Amino acid sequence: MTGYIIRRTLIAIVITIGIAAITFELLHLIAGSPVHEVLGRQARPAAIKAWNKSHGYDRPLVAQFATYLGHLVQLNFGYSYKQGQSVAALFKENAGRSIYLSGSALVLSLLIAMPLGIAQAVRRNSVGDYTVTALTFILYAMPPFFLGIILIDVFALRLHVFPPLVPSSITTTAQAVGHPRDFFLPIITLTAVNIASFSRYMRSSALDNLAQDYIRLARAKGLSQRAVLYRHLLRNACLPMITLVGLSIPDLLAGNVLVEVLFNIQGLGLLFFNALQNGDYPILLAYTVLGGILTVVGNLLADVAVTVADPRVKV
Amino acid sequence: MTPDRIKPLAQVEATLGTAATVPTVGIAEGGEVQAIASGWRLAVREFADNKIAVVGLGILAFFVLFCFIGPLVHHTNQSLTQPLNANLAPGATSPLGRTAGLLGTDEHGFDELGRIMLGGQTALEIGFFAALISIVIGTLYGAIAGLSGRLLDGVMMRFVDIVYSIPFLFIVLVLATKFSATVVEESLLLGFFSWLVPSRLMRGEVLTLRERDFVWAARVMGSSRTRLVYRHLIPNALSVVIVNVTFLVADSILALAYLGFLGFGLQYPAASWGDMLGNADNYISNGQWWLVYPVGFCLVAVVMACNLVGDALRDAFDVRLRRR
Repeated sequence: MTGYIIRRTLIAIVITIGIAAITFELLHLIAGSPVHEVLGRQARPAAIKAWNKSHGYDRPLVAQFATYLGHLVQLNFGYSYKQGQSVAALFKENAGRSIYLSGSALVLSLLIAMPLGIAQAVRRNSVGDYTVTALTFILYAMPPFFLGIILIDVFALRLHVFPPLVPSSITTTAQAVGHPRDFFLPIITLTAVNIASFSRYMRSSALDNLAQDYIRLARAKGLSQRAVLYRHLLRNACLPMITLVGLSIPDLLAGNVLVEVLFNIQGLGLLFFNALQNGDYPILLAYTVLGGILTVVGNLLADVAVTVADPRVKV
Repeated sequence: MTPDRIKPLAQVEATLGTAATVPTVGIAEGGEVQAIASGWRLAVREFADNKIAVVGLGILAFFVLFCFIGPLVHHTNQSLTQPLNANLAPGATSPLGRTAGLLGTDEHGFDELGRIMLGGQTALEIGFFAALISIVIGTLYGAIAGLSGRLLDGVMMRFVDIVYSIPFLFIVLVLATKFSATVVEESLLLGFFSWLVPSRLMRGEVLTLRERDFVWAARVMGSSRTRLVYRHLIPNALSVVIVNVTFLVADSILALAYLGFLGFGLQYPAASWGDMLGNADNYISNGQWWLVYPVGFCLVAVVMACNLVGDALRDAFDVRLRRR
């Protein structure tokens, strides 16, 4: 087990370095040096050359990448000249709201999707099953921002139940948690999008497990339906969900960008979006690499969690 | 399966009428003998039996006709902005005395129905081209990795692991700040970052195929590696990849919508459905529902239809699920 974790961690580190290398290279192609942000568009060639030399931007790409990697290990994500702050400080400032948003959406969608998938599997081919399947198919095909717009139209503009945007006065994570009404629509948007894929997997996993002998045995013992479902089926049917949650990190991050832009939430997604519009490449590089690291870590944790949770998985 | 028995899907579909009923060849001594249909014909039959799949295919066909033939029937001005005709609700009359069409006009005075047709053209084109690019790259890459030795295979697949771990939307968005102005650029951008799944599928298929007797036979007969790849491995592994194409089209159209919504889509006046939704939050606050819901509905319908067809194709090609 320990050997397996060490081996997987080493592979994860190699993949992380690869992610950093490819992203660094691609961004270097479209934006080599931030010299124009510092000295302005009209800077003289000699001044540009001197600045690049003093900040190491004239060195070969490999040397620049080595420096970047060294900084990355020390959690130094670079410096945004446009914002005049280090990227790490900007991340720290904005991460709370994004974690709150995705975290609560993830937990909510698991809490809803797991019972929903089991209920669908138990009442397979019933009207209810078909209705939910159709709904999840529509949600699965729907861009998160479009779902958000529908929710804004219905619940904010027509029914006036929730505010259409998150007020920009909410700047700290504590405030965000303290105003659940303001965050209701964005969280529901992300949750609904997640449920669409989670419940489909949960349904098929539950269907597979319902056909197994251990369920028949549990029924033969005379256990109630409730005990069969919650004590025996749920735990086994949830195993694929561990992997799915690990794999859903890129989707969560993407959903975050769209939902934060739509609802005006001061989080990492909006920071990324503003950086895209300003051409603030250090932030773009850092957030893409961070997203890659989170993806790798998510996969690693999911793989380890599966081996812990499921004794049948041999490592 | 020899390559000459692999017909284009359209051609096989054309013979569906005769294939739908299993012809009885004759009564032999041992009982009834049935003609054995080829794998492809079985798959088509399975697909046609799936009602939902046929509906999905119908929706796709409708939107292709709507977007590409529609503008020939429904002539609209989509090049000259007309501020006096702008933002008209369906059926409203402009100061110029012109009555807006079925879906009103947008903020430039363009007829929204005609605009949806044009936006659909680019969305479908980009979705299709991006899927095509990623299938071509993924198929060749996966086949080469699966065929080559352990070292090259390992290096190639680790590279896939690495690129696959970079969040797709982030890297595409970052590059879209420079390259997303035209249909070709956007297709290339989406295609270059979505070939990873097809390459993994292809490699897996090639790994099982290359130990099969017919591949060994071809090797023994002295066929070159190129011939092996193009004549034997790719045609036989193609079914797995074809199933993936429809999902790739759906994903590309969705990704395109994300880019458009965030404002990194095609250069104005060209537009795809996503670009048309770029200001959707403002339209909705202004009560201009006709600029939001029709486009969104088309987008969701096409993506859903692609997913339905993809699911049905997977069921049809998956031998384990097939009823005999």
